[in-house]
Amino acid sequence: MIKESYSDRLLKGLFYLLIGLFSVYCILPFWSVVASSFTSEASIVKNGYMFWPSDFSLEAYKMIFKDNTIYRAYGVTTFITVVGTAMSMILTSAMAYTLSVKSVKYRNHMAFYIYFTMLFHGGLVASYLLISKYLDMKDTIWVLIVPSMLSAWNMFLLRNFFASIDDSIAESAKIDGANDVYILFRIILPISLPAMATIGLFYALGYWNKWFDAVLYINNKDLYPLQYLIQRIMNNLDYINQISADVSLPNFIAPAMTVRLATTVVTIGPIIFLYPFLQKYFVKGLMVGAVKG
Amino acid sequence: MSNTAVSLPEQAYPERKNRGKFGAFLFELFKNKFLYLLALPGMIWFFIFAYLPMGGIVIAFQDFKAMKGITGSEFVGLKNFQFFFRSSDWIQIVTNTVFLNVLFIVFNTLAAVTIAIMVTEMGGKWFKKITQSIMIFPHFLSWTVVAMFVMAFVATDGGFVNQILSMFGIAPVQFLSSPAYWPFILVLLKVWHGAGFGSIVYMATISGINPDIYESASIDGASRLQKIRYITLPLLKPTVILLTILAVGGIFNGDFGMIYAIIGRNPMLYPTTDVIDTYLFRAMMDLGDMSMSAAIGFMQSLVGFILVLTVNYIAKKVAPESAIF
Repeated sequence: MIKESYSDRLLKGLFYLLIGLFSVYCILPFWSVVASSFTSEASIVKNGYMFWPSDFSLEAYKMIFKDNTIYRAYGVTTFITVVGTAMSMILTSAMAYTLSVKSVKYRNHMAFYIYFTMLFHGGLVASYLLISKYLDMKDTIWVLIVPSMLSAWNMFLLRNFFASIDDSIAESAKIDGANDVYILFRIILPISLPAMATIGLFYALGYWNKWFDAVLYINNKDLYPLQYLIQRIMNNLDYINQISADVSLPNFIAPAMTVRLATTVVTIGPIIFLYPFLQKYFVKGLMVGAVKG
Repeated sequence: MSNTAVSLPEQAYPERKNRGKFGAFLFELFKNKFLYLLALPGMIWFFIFAYLPMGGIVIAFQDFKAMKGITGSEFVGLKNFQFFFRSSDWIQIVTNTVFLNVLFIVFNTLAAVTIAIMVTEMGGKWFKKITQSIMIFPHFLSWTVVAMFVMAFVATDGGFVNQILSMFGIAPVQFLSSPAYWPFILVLLKVWHGAGFGSIVYMATISGINPDIYESASIDGASRLQKIRYITLPLLKPTVILLTILAVGGIFNGDFGMIYAIIGRNPMLYPTTDVIDTYLFRAMMDLGDMSMSAAIGFMQSLVGFILVLTVNYIAKKVAPESAIF
């Protein structure tokens, strides 16, 4: 091993510094919102947002959890994430498997049929009319799941992974009398766990972070997903007035700012707890995809 | 199965011919019936949610009335397109869309490549792990959450930026009514949101570089900086080019989720932040002008389609292996 020169070590030190600084930049907004959400409303109004809770208060969180709006939104988001991801994974893997089997004569035609949708699309207006007017899915929970159930991109990612699996595995199962459905669910899927986890994570995040479809199709307050609730409370005070309605103290000011911040923190919560477990998978999955692709 | 066709070509061929084209089609469907059945739900889904809306493009050439529907509305030729181009808005929104996307592509790529190189050069294990986790994290937050963060920074009273400015005795900046700052703010956000995640691909590429090259460079006395300059960067170039071309294909598609969540309906910021997608959305939801929105969307799709084909053609010329199809 050659000993590092002084300038090399200096450069390395600089890299550490810059990466450290960028990490601070990445965490800072998040940190400040968490810190401010634990501060009393009066302090925020007087001193502005802060990086450290100066006047510690749980008021905002108490108010949020007293009202059932947040529980409903959580329920809606959890439902669409769990059910949506499950449905997406079943459809995507079934389709990807067929397209990966070389004995399927029309697989390239089918692949092009899907690929074309990535190049050209009918646009927002046509989809909007189709879903709201012709399929009549407005104000149902399924409108948050069904129209985004499949992603051509994810399908091709999984197809590439399936195609890289040795044919002889499926071949020998076939000789033993297994049909294709059995082979997919019992043999192919279990050995594709890392790829499935990556794709599943992408779908799950898509569902968890969904809000635009709610802007378009959801008017019923009971069906607001979490992210849409955030968007609503940032732009109007209905929610804050609603949850502070039963407080009858004189001179009471609705904690508009802290409630917003606290709701944001409550929304991010699950992602933070799951993140360390998920990170392992998707970095690996993406690396595999990148090297192969 | 296909084995028979390979081992007995003379016998397999006439047999298939006798069956006729349609017969062969049915035979194939029957032979792989389970596989086609597995793909069927997905194929139907793509038909309904991707191909049916393509038929909806006719709205762009109609005077669409919700009561009459697509089949009953009157055709007006190119009137909707003329209407859009007659207003002066289109120059602004197209410029904004392209300008913002170019900024996003340039700065995100620069940041992602820089991060990838620096992280791979770092030796420490735990520092690397922690910083990487933190840098990728923003990518998992929705823009509505990010919008809340932005408020904490740019709010006129109490926002961090203005708190710091007031410490130096500088008058607060009214960010929410000053469009000039926003391309800059949006770029900062985009880098914050996507650079760490984007660096994963580049790190994968770097980790695929043969370590012998670095080894022999070290023996020849190359410094760290020289190794980056003469080995890492040239070998990253194809990946950078490929990802950039891919991004250029979508240059007319504004990042709706980001801009609508952060800017929302603040007309004072439209001069620099209103993009094709947000304009289209307002035309549809606020004015209820389905036909003009459809016309804008159709042009956007068409231009995007042509761009992707062009870009792919160029890719084929420059680097055949990086072409998409």
